[in-house]
Amino acid sequence: MTQIEQDKNAPDTVMSDYNFAYLDEQTKRMIRRAILKSLAIPGYQVPFASREMPMPYGWGTGGVQVSAAVLTPDDTLKVIDQGADDTTNAVSIRRFFEKTAGVAVTEATAEASIIQTRHRIPEAELREDQVLVYQVPIPEPLRFLEPSEVETRKMHELEEYGLMHVKLYEDIAQHGAIATAYAYPVKVEGRYVMDPSPIPKFDNPKLEMAAIQLFGAGREQRIYALPPHTQVVSLDFEDYPFEASKADHPCGLCGAEDSYLDELIVDDEGGRLFMCSDTDYCAARQAVGHRGSDASPTLEGVA
Amino acid sequence: MQRPSLTGGFRDAPKDAAFAFRAVMNTMAKPGEINSVTGAEPPAGLSIAAGVVLLTLCDPETPVYLAPRFDLLEVRDWITFHTGAPFVAASAAHFALGTWGELPLGDFPVGSAAYPDRSATLIVEVDDLRSEGATLSGPGIKDSAALSLPDRAAIQQNAALFPRGLDFIFTCGDRLAALPRSTKVS
Repeated sequence: MTQIEQDKNAPDTVMSDYNFAYLDEQTKRMIRRAILKSLAIPGYQVPFASREMPMPYGWGTGGVQVSAAVLTPDDTLKVIDQGADDTTNAVSIRRFFEKTAGVAVTEATAEASIIQTRHRIPEAELREDQVLVYQVPIPEPLRFLEPSEVETRKMHELEEYGLMHVKLYEDIAQHGAIATAYAYPVKVEGRYVMDPSPIPKFDNPKLEMAAIQLFGAGREQRIYALPPHTQVVSLDFEDYPFEASKADHPCGLCGAEDSYLDELIVDDEGGRLFMCSDTDYCAARQAVGHRGSDASPTLEGVA
Repeated sequence: MQRPSLTGGFRDAPKDAAFAFRAVMNTMAKPGEINSVTGAEPPAGLSIAAGVVLLTLCDPETPVYLAPRFDLLEVRDWITFHTGAPFVAASAAHFALGTWGELPLGDFPVGSAAYPDRSATLIVEVDDLRSEGATLSGPGIKDSAALSLPDRAAIQQNAALFPRGLDFIFTCGDRLAALPRSTKVS
Protein backbone atom coordinates (compact mmCIF):
# COMPACT_ATOMS: atom_id res chain seq x y z
CA MET A 1 0.00 0.00 0.00
CA THR A 2 1.41 3.36 -0.89
CA GLN A 3 1.92 6.18 1.55
CA ILE A 4 -0.85 8.22 -0.03
CA GLU A 5 -3.35 5.43 0.39
CA GLN A 6 -2.35 4.99 4.01
CA ASP A 7 -2.87 8.66 4.70
CA LYS A 8 -6.19 8.65 2.94
CA ASN A 9 -7.37 5.72 4.99
CA ALA A 10 -6.25 7.26 8.27
CA PRO A 11 -6.43 11.01 7.92
CA ASP A 12 -6.59 11.60 11.66
CA THR A 13 -3.41 9.80 12.64
CA VAL A 14 -0.20 11.70 13.24
CA MET A 15 2.21 11.56 10.32
CA SER A 16 5.04 9.59 11.83
CA ASP A 17 7.32 10.12 8.85
CA TYR A 18 7.98 13.68 9.97
CA ASN A 19 9.91 14.72 13.04
CA PHE A 20 7.80 16.16 15.85
CA ALA A 21 6.47 19.55 14.68
CA TYR A 22 7.96 19.06 11.19
CA LEU A 23 11.37 20.76 11.62
CA ASP A 24 14.52 18.74 12.27
CA GLU A 25 16.13 19.03 15.69
CA GLN A 26 19.15 21.07 14.62
CA THR A 27 16.89 23.65 12.98
CA LYS A 28 14.76 23.83 16.11
CA ARG A 29 17.84 24.34 18.28
CA MET A 30 18.96 27.21 16.03
CA ILE A 31 15.51 28.82 16.27
CA ARG A 32 15.35 28.20 20.02
CA ARG A 33 18.70 29.92 20.57
CA ALA A 34 17.44 32.90 18.55
CA ILE A 35 14.25 32.99 20.66
CA LEU A 36 16.27 33.08 23.90
CA LYS A 37 18.41 35.96 22.64
CA SER A 38 15.32 37.81 21.45
CA LEU A 39 13.78 37.49 24.93
CA ALA A 40 17.02 38.76 26.48
CA ILE A 41 17.03 41.84 24.21
CA PRO A 42 13.34 42.83 23.92
CA GLY A 43 12.49 44.50 20.63
CA TYR A 44 15.80 43.66 18.93
CA GLN A 45 15.48 41.63 15.73
CA VAL A 46 17.63 38.52 15.97
CA PRO A 47 18.71 37.13 12.56
CA PHE A 48 18.03 33.43 12.09
CA ALA A 49 18.52 30.91 9.30
CA SER A 50 14.90 30.71 8.18
CA ARG A 51 14.03 27.47 6.40
CA GLU A 52 11.81 26.85 3.44
CA MET A 53 8.48 25.66 4.73
CA PRO A 54 5.81 23.71 2.85
CA MET A 55 3.84 26.93 2.30
CA PRO A 56 4.68 30.13 0.44
CA TYR A 57 6.33 33.15 1.99
CA GLY A 58 3.63 35.52 3.16
CA TRP A 59 1.57 32.65 4.57
CA GLY A 60 3.18 32.72 7.96
CA THR A 61 6.42 30.80 7.47
CA GLY A 62 8.11 32.80 10.25
CA GLY A 63 5.31 32.24 12.71
CA VAL A 64 5.13 28.56 11.80
CA GLN A 65 8.85 28.07 12.44
CA VAL A 66 8.63 29.82 15.81
CA SER A 67 5.55 27.78 16.76
CA ALA A 68 7.31 24.56 15.71
CA ALA A 69 10.28 25.40 17.94
CA VAL A 70 8.07 26.25 20.91
CA LEU A 71 5.38 23.53 20.70
CA THR A 72 5.35 20.60 23.11
CA PRO A 73 3.12 17.51 22.77
CA ASP A 74 0.97 18.82 25.66
CA ASP A 75 0.09 22.13 24.02
CA THR A 76 -3.27 23.26 22.73
CA LEU A 77 -2.89 25.38 19.61
CA LYS A 78 -5.12 28.14 18.31
CA VAL A 79 -4.44 29.86 14.99
CA ILE A 80 -6.12 33.07 13.90
CA ASP A 81 -5.93 35.15 10.77
CA GLN A 82 -7.10 38.74 11.34
CA GLY A 83 -8.96 37.48 14.37
CA ALA A 84 -10.76 34.65 12.59
CA ASP A 85 -10.23 30.95 13.29
CA ASP A 86 -11.96 29.82 10.13
CA THR A 87 -10.01 31.46 7.28
CA THR A 88 -7.86 29.49 4.85
CA ASN A 89 -4.52 30.51 6.35
CA ALA A 90 -5.57 29.76 9.92
CA VAL A 91 -7.19 26.44 9.03
CA SER A 92 -4.22 25.17 7.03
CA ILE A 93 -1.65 26.09 9.70
CA ARG A 94 -3.80 24.49 12.38
CA ARG A 95 -4.09 21.30 10.30
CA PHE A 96 -0.36 21.37 9.60
CA PHE A 97 0.46 21.15 13.31
CA GLU A 98 -2.34 18.70 13.99
CA LYS A 99 -0.70 16.38 11.47
CA THR A 100 2.99 16.95 12.14
CA ALA A 101 2.92 17.49 15.91
CA GLY A 102 -0.27 15.75 16.93
CA VAL A 103 -1.18 18.62 19.26
CA ALA A 104 -4.69 19.45 20.38
CA VAL A 105 -6.29 22.45 18.70
CA THR A 106 -8.99 24.83 19.79
CA GLU A 107 -10.79 27.97 18.72
CA ALA A 108 -11.34 29.18 22.29
CA THR A 109 -8.73 31.74 23.29
CA ALA A 110 -8.85 30.77 26.97
CA GLU A 111 -8.19 27.09 26.22
CA ALA A 112 -5.12 27.64 24.04
CA SER A 113 -1.59 27.48 25.39
CA ILE A 114 -0.05 28.69 22.12
CA ILE A 115 -1.82 31.12 19.81
CA GLN A 116 -0.36 31.84 16.40
CA THR A 117 -1.77 35.01 14.96
CA ARG A 118 -1.74 37.01 11.78
CA HIS A 119 -2.42 40.70 12.32
CA ARG A 120 -4.55 40.65 15.49
CA ILE A 121 -4.32 40.26 19.24
CA PRO A 122 -7.30 38.33 20.68
CA GLU A 123 -9.85 40.44 22.56
CA ALA A 124 -9.76 38.19 25.64
CA GLU A 125 -6.94 39.04 28.03
CA LEU A 126 -4.09 36.55 27.73
CA ARG A 127 -2.56 34.79 30.73
CA GLU A 128 1.00 34.16 31.94
CA ASP A 129 0.95 30.55 30.78
CA GLN A 130 0.09 31.45 27.19
CA VAL A 131 2.38 32.23 24.27
CA LEU A 132 1.35 34.49 21.40
CA VAL A 133 3.25 33.92 18.13
CA TYR A 134 2.95 36.60 15.46
CA GLN A 135 3.43 36.18 11.73
CA VAL A 136 5.45 39.15 10.56
CA PRO A 137 5.83 40.27 6.93
CA ILE A 138 8.36 43.12 7.30
CA PRO A 139 10.02 43.13 10.74
CA GLU A 140 12.01 46.32 10.23
CA PRO A 141 9.91 49.36 11.28
CA LEU A 142 12.27 51.68 9.41
CA ARG A 143 12.33 49.69 6.18
CA PHE A 144 9.84 51.82 4.23
CA LEU A 145 11.76 54.94 5.25
CA GLU A 146 15.25 53.53 4.65
CA PRO A 147 15.64 50.59 2.26
CA SER A 148 19.22 49.73 3.22
CA GLU A 149 19.71 47.09 5.91
CA VAL A 150 23.19 48.50 6.60
CA GLU A 151 21.64 51.89 7.36
CA THR A 152 18.73 50.66 9.45
CA ARG A 153 21.05 48.46 11.52
CA LYS A 154 23.20 51.52 12.17
CA MET A 155 20.11 53.49 13.16
CA HIS A 156 19.10 50.85 15.72
CA GLU A 157 22.69 50.71 16.96
CA LEU A 158 22.79 54.48 17.54
CA GLU A 159 19.16 54.71 18.69
CA GLU A 160 18.67 57.15 15.84
CA TYR A 161 14.90 57.09 15.39
CA GLY A 162 14.33 60.68 14.28
CA LEU A 163 13.23 59.52 10.83
CA MET A 164 10.25 57.70 12.31
CA HIS A 165 9.11 60.82 14.15
CA VAL A 166 9.49 62.82 10.92
CA LYS A 167 7.23 60.29 9.23
CA LEU A 168 4.58 60.61 11.95
CA TYR A 169 4.93 64.40 11.82
CA GLU A 170 4.38 64.38 8.06
CA ASP A 171 1.18 62.44 8.69
CA ILE A 172 -0.01 65.25 10.93
CA ALA A 173 1.08 67.95 8.46
CA GLN A 174 -0.78 66.28 5.59
CA HIS A 175 -3.81 64.72 7.28
CA GLY A 176 -4.16 66.65 10.53
CA ALA A 177 -3.62 63.48 12.56
CA ILE A 178 -1.29 60.49 12.64
CA ALA A 179 -2.77 58.47 9.79
CA THR A 180 -0.88 55.24 10.50
CA ALA A 181 -3.66 52.81 11.37
CA TYR A 182 -1.83 49.48 11.52
CA ALA A 183 1.76 48.31 12.14
CA TYR A 184 1.97 51.37 14.35
CA PRO A 185 5.57 51.69 15.61
CA VAL A 186 6.31 51.19 19.29
CA LYS A 187 9.32 51.73 21.52
CA VAL A 188 10.28 48.80 23.73
CA GLU A 189 11.68 49.49 27.22
CA GLY A 190 12.86 52.89 26.04
CA ARG A 191 15.40 51.35 23.66
CA TYR A 192 14.38 49.64 20.41
CA VAL A 193 11.73 50.90 18.01
CA MET A 194 9.78 47.82 16.95
CA ASP A 195 7.17 46.92 14.36
CA PRO A 196 4.33 45.14 16.19
CA SER A 197 3.45 43.42 12.86
CA PRO A 198 0.42 44.75 10.97
CA ILE A 199 -1.98 44.65 13.92
CA PRO A 200 -4.48 47.54 14.01
CA LYS A 201 -3.31 50.30 16.32
CA PHE A 202 -6.40 49.49 18.40
CA ASP A 203 -4.37 46.47 19.60
CA ASN A 204 -1.24 48.41 20.53
CA PRO A 205 -2.16 48.99 24.21
CA LYS A 206 -2.59 45.21 24.58
CA LEU A 207 1.10 44.65 23.69
CA GLU A 208 1.85 45.09 27.41
CA MET A 209 0.45 41.74 28.52
CA ALA A 210 1.10 38.77 30.80
CA ALA A 211 1.79 36.29 27.98
CA ILE A 212 5.09 35.80 26.15
CA GLN A 213 4.99 37.36 22.69
CA LEU A 214 7.21 36.00 19.92
CA PHE A 215 7.46 37.50 16.42
CA GLY A 216 8.66 35.45 13.45
CA ALA A 217 9.48 36.81 9.98
CA GLY A 218 10.31 33.91 7.66
CA ARG A 219 11.22 35.64 4.42
CA GLU A 220 13.12 38.41 6.24
CA GLN A 221 14.77 35.88 8.59
CA ARG A 222 14.20 37.70 11.86
CA ILE A 223 12.83 36.73 15.27
CA TYR A 224 12.03 39.23 18.02
CA ALA A 225 10.15 39.07 21.28
CA LEU A 226 8.41 40.79 24.14
CA PRO A 227 8.70 39.08 27.53
CA PRO A 228 5.62 39.44 29.79
CA HIS A 229 4.93 42.92 31.19
CA THR A 230 7.56 44.54 28.96
CA GLN A 231 7.08 48.28 28.63
CA VAL A 232 5.77 49.03 25.13
CA VAL A 233 5.01 52.64 24.21
CA SER A 234 3.36 53.68 20.94
CA LEU A 235 5.29 56.58 19.42
CA ASP A 236 3.47 59.91 19.47
CA PHE A 237 3.80 63.62 20.24
CA GLU A 238 2.78 65.52 23.36
CA ASP A 239 0.21 67.53 21.40
CA TYR A 240 -0.86 64.59 19.23
CA PRO A 241 -1.05 61.70 21.68
CA PHE A 242 -1.47 58.12 20.50
CA GLU A 243 -5.08 57.04 20.14
CA ALA A 244 -6.22 53.42 19.82
CA SER A 245 -9.06 53.82 17.36
CA LYS A 246 -11.72 51.55 15.96
CA ALA A 247 -14.88 51.88 13.88
CA ASP A 248 -17.39 53.89 15.90
CA HIS A 249 -20.10 51.23 16.02
CA PRO A 250 -21.13 48.31 18.19
CA CYS A 251 -20.75 44.83 16.71
CA GLY A 252 -23.78 44.10 14.56
CA LEU A 253 -23.87 40.46 15.61
CA CYS A 254 -23.06 40.45 19.32
CA GLY A 255 -23.44 44.10 20.24
CA ALA A 256 -19.93 44.41 21.74
CA GLU A 257 -18.71 47.98 21.97
CA ASP A 258 -15.19 47.20 23.13
CA SER A 259 -13.95 44.96 20.31
CA TYR A 260 -12.18 45.68 17.04
CA LEU A 261 -14.60 45.59 14.11
CA ASP A 262 -14.46 44.47 10.50
CA GLU A 263 -16.63 46.28 7.99
CA LEU A 264 -18.58 43.96 5.77
CA ILE A 265 -20.42 45.10 2.64
CA VAL A 266 -23.58 43.02 2.60
CA ASP A 267 -25.40 44.09 -0.57
CA ASP A 268 -24.87 46.20 -3.70
CA GLU A 269 -26.75 49.19 -2.31
CA GLY A 270 -24.09 50.26 0.17
CA GLY A 271 -25.49 48.21 3.03
CA ARG A 272 -22.83 47.40 5.56
CA LEU A 273 -22.36 45.40 8.69
CA PHE A 274 -19.78 45.95 11.40
CA MET A 275 -18.81 42.77 13.17
CA CYS A 276 -16.13 41.64 15.62
CA SER A 277 -12.91 40.66 13.87
CA ASP A 278 -12.27 38.20 16.74
CA THR A 279 -14.66 35.38 15.78
CA ASP A 280 -14.19 33.47 19.04
CA TYR A 281 -14.99 36.55 21.12
CA CYS A 282 -18.10 37.27 19.03
CA ALA A 283 -19.35 33.67 19.04
CA ALA A 284 -18.81 33.35 22.80
CA ARG A 285 -20.83 36.52 23.41
CA GLN A 286 -23.64 35.35 21.12
CA ALA A 287 -23.65 31.98 22.86
CA VAL A 288 -24.52 33.63 26.15
CA GLY A 289 -27.30 35.66 24.59
CA HIS A 290 -25.78 38.97 23.51
CA ARG A 291 -27.38 40.21 20.31
CA GLY A 292 -26.43 43.08 18.03
CA SER A 293 -28.81 45.12 15.92
CA ASP A 294 -27.96 43.15 12.77
CA ALA A 295 -28.11 39.70 14.31
CA SER A 296 -30.38 37.63 12.16
CA PRO A 297 -33.46 36.33 13.98
CA THR A 298 -32.88 32.92 12.40
CA LEU A 299 -29.55 32.76 14.20
CA GLU A 300 -31.45 33.02 17.43
CA GLY A 301 -33.70 30.17 16.40
CA VAL A 302 -30.71 27.98 15.55
CA ALA A 303 -28.94 28.80 18.78
CA MET B 1 32.13 -2.38 28.03
CA GLN B 2 29.86 0.25 29.49
CA ARG B 3 30.82 3.74 28.33
CA PRO B 4 29.10 6.33 30.54
CA SER B 5 29.56 9.02 27.90
CA LEU B 6 27.17 7.16 25.58
CA THR B 7 24.27 7.12 28.03
CA GLY B 8 22.24 9.76 29.78
CA GLY B 9 20.97 11.62 26.72
CA PHE B 10 17.35 12.39 25.86
CA ARG B 11 15.35 9.21 25.36
CA ASP B 12 12.94 10.78 22.89
CA ALA B 13 14.94 13.78 21.69
CA PRO B 14 12.22 15.77 19.84
CA LYS B 15 9.75 15.61 22.72
CA ASP B 16 12.22 15.79 25.63
CA ALA B 17 13.93 18.77 24.01
CA ALA B 18 10.56 20.45 23.38
CA PHE B 19 9.55 20.23 27.05
CA ALA B 20 13.02 21.27 28.18
CA PHE B 21 13.11 24.27 25.87
CA ARG B 22 9.70 25.48 27.07
CA ALA B 23 11.02 25.43 30.63
CA VAL B 24 14.19 27.28 29.61
CA MET B 25 12.22 29.79 27.53
CA ASN B 26 9.84 30.46 30.42
CA THR B 27 12.74 31.13 32.79
CA MET B 28 14.45 33.44 30.29
CA ALA B 29 11.15 35.30 29.67
CA LYS B 30 10.41 35.56 33.39
CA PRO B 31 13.66 36.29 35.24
CA GLY B 32 13.56 34.98 38.79
CA GLU B 33 11.13 32.15 38.02
CA ILE B 34 12.52 28.75 38.97
CA ASN B 35 11.50 25.74 36.85
CA SER B 36 12.52 22.11 36.98
CA VAL B 37 13.55 20.03 33.99
CA THR B 38 14.14 16.34 33.32
CA GLY B 39 15.47 14.07 30.63
CA ALA B 40 19.26 14.14 30.97
CA GLU B 41 21.55 12.07 33.16
CA PRO B 42 24.88 13.82 32.78
CA PRO B 43 28.14 12.48 34.27
CA ALA B 44 28.77 12.96 37.97
CA GLY B 45 29.52 16.52 38.96
CA LEU B 46 27.19 18.03 36.40
CA SER B 47 23.64 18.89 37.49
CA ILE B 48 20.64 17.46 35.65
CA ALA B 49 19.51 20.97 34.73
CA ALA B 50 22.90 21.90 33.24
CA GLY B 51 22.87 18.65 31.27
CA VAL B 52 19.36 19.35 29.97
CA VAL B 53 20.29 22.89 28.88
CA LEU B 54 23.36 21.59 27.02
CA LEU B 55 21.35 18.87 25.25
CA THR B 56 18.57 21.33 24.37
CA LEU B 57 20.62 24.20 23.00
CA CYS B 58 24.08 22.97 21.96
CA ASP B 59 25.16 21.33 18.72
CA PRO B 60 28.14 21.49 16.33
CA GLU B 61 27.33 25.16 15.62
CA THR B 62 27.81 26.29 19.22
CA PRO B 63 31.33 26.33 20.68
CA VAL B 64 31.33 25.61 24.42
CA TYR B 65 33.73 26.79 27.12
CA LEU B 66 34.24 24.52 30.13
CA ALA B 67 35.51 26.02 33.37
CA PRO B 68 38.39 24.01 34.91
CA ARG B 69 36.21 22.11 37.38
CA PHE B 70 34.11 20.71 34.52
CA ASP B 71 36.91 20.34 31.99
CA LEU B 72 37.15 16.60 32.58
CA LEU B 73 37.41 13.80 30.05
CA GLU B 74 34.05 12.28 30.99
CA VAL B 75 32.24 15.63 30.72
CA ARG B 76 33.91 16.40 27.39
CA ASP B 77 33.08 12.95 26.06
CA TRP B 78 29.48 13.21 27.18
CA ILE B 79 28.97 16.63 25.58
CA THR B 80 30.78 15.57 22.41
CA PHE B 81 28.78 12.39 21.98
CA HIS B 82 25.38 13.93 22.69
CA THR B 83 25.74 17.37 21.11
CA GLY B 84 28.87 17.47 18.94
CA ALA B 85 29.70 20.93 20.26
CA PRO B 86 33.37 21.91 19.93
CA PHE B 87 35.34 23.15 22.98
CA VAL B 88 36.93 26.58 22.82
CA ALA B 89 38.47 29.36 24.89
CA ALA B 90 36.12 31.77 26.66
CA SER B 91 36.57 34.50 24.03
CA ALA B 92 35.04 32.30 21.28
CA ALA B 93 32.31 30.62 23.32
CA HIS B 94 28.58 30.68 22.58
CA PHE B 95 27.87 28.73 25.74
CA ALA B 96 29.90 28.29 28.91
CA LEU B 97 29.58 25.91 31.81
CA GLY B 98 31.08 26.50 35.22
CA THR B 99 30.70 27.73 38.76
CA TRP B 100 30.49 31.47 39.29
CA GLY B 101 34.01 31.84 40.68
CA GLU B 102 35.59 29.93 37.82
CA LEU B 103 33.98 31.68 34.86
CA PRO B 104 36.20 34.47 33.46
CA LEU B 105 33.31 36.91 32.99
CA GLY B 106 35.41 39.55 31.25
CA ASP B 107 36.56 37.21 28.49
CA PHE B 108 33.24 36.13 26.98
CA PRO B 109 31.81 37.81 23.87
CA VAL B 110 29.10 40.32 24.83
CA GLY B 111 28.00 41.07 21.26
CA SER B 112 28.43 44.32 19.37
CA ALA B 113 26.18 47.37 19.34
CA ALA B 114 24.99 46.32 15.87
CA TYR B 115 24.59 42.63 16.76
CA PRO B 116 24.01 42.37 20.53
CA ASP B 117 22.71 38.82 20.07
CA ARG B 118 26.22 37.56 19.27
CA SER B 119 26.95 37.09 22.93
CA ALA B 120 27.61 34.13 25.20
CA THR B 121 25.06 32.38 27.40
CA LEU B 122 26.61 31.16 30.66
CA ILE B 123 25.33 28.07 32.42
CA VAL B 124 26.27 28.69 36.03
CA GLU B 125 26.18 25.79 38.49
CA VAL B 126 25.14 27.06 41.92
CA ASP B 127 24.79 25.24 45.24
CA ASP B 128 21.70 27.11 46.19
CA LEU B 129 18.85 28.50 44.12
CA ARG B 130 16.03 30.29 45.93
CA SER B 131 13.50 33.01 45.22
CA GLU B 132 15.04 35.38 47.71
CA GLY B 133 18.03 37.68 47.90
CA ALA B 134 18.59 40.22 45.13
CA THR B 135 15.57 42.17 43.88
CA LEU B 136 14.97 41.91 40.13
CA SER B 137 12.97 44.21 37.88
CA GLY B 138 12.64 44.75 34.15
CA PRO B 139 11.11 42.94 31.17
CA GLY B 140 9.34 39.72 32.12
CA ILE B 141 8.76 40.82 35.72
CA LYS B 142 5.42 42.30 36.76
CA ASP B 143 6.53 44.37 39.73
CA SER B 144 9.60 42.77 41.18
CA ALA B 145 11.04 39.30 41.69
CA ALA B 146 13.75 37.88 43.92
CA LEU B 147 16.55 35.43 43.20
CA SER B 148 19.61 34.26 45.08
CA LEU B 149 22.55 35.61 43.04
CA PRO B 150 26.24 34.90 43.49
CA ASP B 151 27.54 38.39 42.78
CA ARG B 152 25.31 41.43 42.54
CA ALA B 153 27.98 43.94 41.43
CA ALA B 154 29.19 41.90 38.45
CA ILE B 155 25.61 41.35 37.29
CA GLN B 156 24.79 45.04 37.57
CA GLN B 157 27.90 45.76 35.53
CA ASN B 158 26.69 43.31 32.89
CA ALA B 159 23.21 44.88 32.82
CA ALA B 160 24.81 48.32 32.32
CA LEU B 161 26.16 47.11 28.96
CA PHE B 162 22.59 46.69 27.60
CA PRO B 163 21.77 45.94 24.79
CA ARG B 164 25.13 44.13 24.82
CA GLY B 165 25.88 41.72 27.62
CA LEU B 166 25.89 38.12 28.81
CA ASP B 167 22.84 36.03 29.67
CA PHE B 168 22.91 33.65 32.62
CA ILE B 169 21.16 30.36 33.31
CA PHE B 170 21.61 29.27 36.92
CA THR B 171 21.34 25.53 37.47
CA CYS B 172 21.00 23.62 40.73
CA GLY B 173 20.02 19.95 40.74
CA ASP B 174 17.07 19.64 38.38
CA ARG B 175 16.03 23.27 38.77
CA LEU B 176 17.01 26.33 36.79
CA ALA B 177 16.47 30.08 36.69
CA ALA B 178 17.65 32.67 34.20
CA LEU B 179 18.91 36.20 34.29
CA PRO B 180 19.04 37.97 30.92
CA ARG B 181 21.03 41.17 30.49
CA SER B 182 17.80 43.19 30.46
CA THR B 183 17.11 42.56 34.16
CA LYS B 184 17.94 45.31 36.64
CA VAL B 185 19.32 44.01 39.92
CA SER B 186 19.29 45.83 43.24
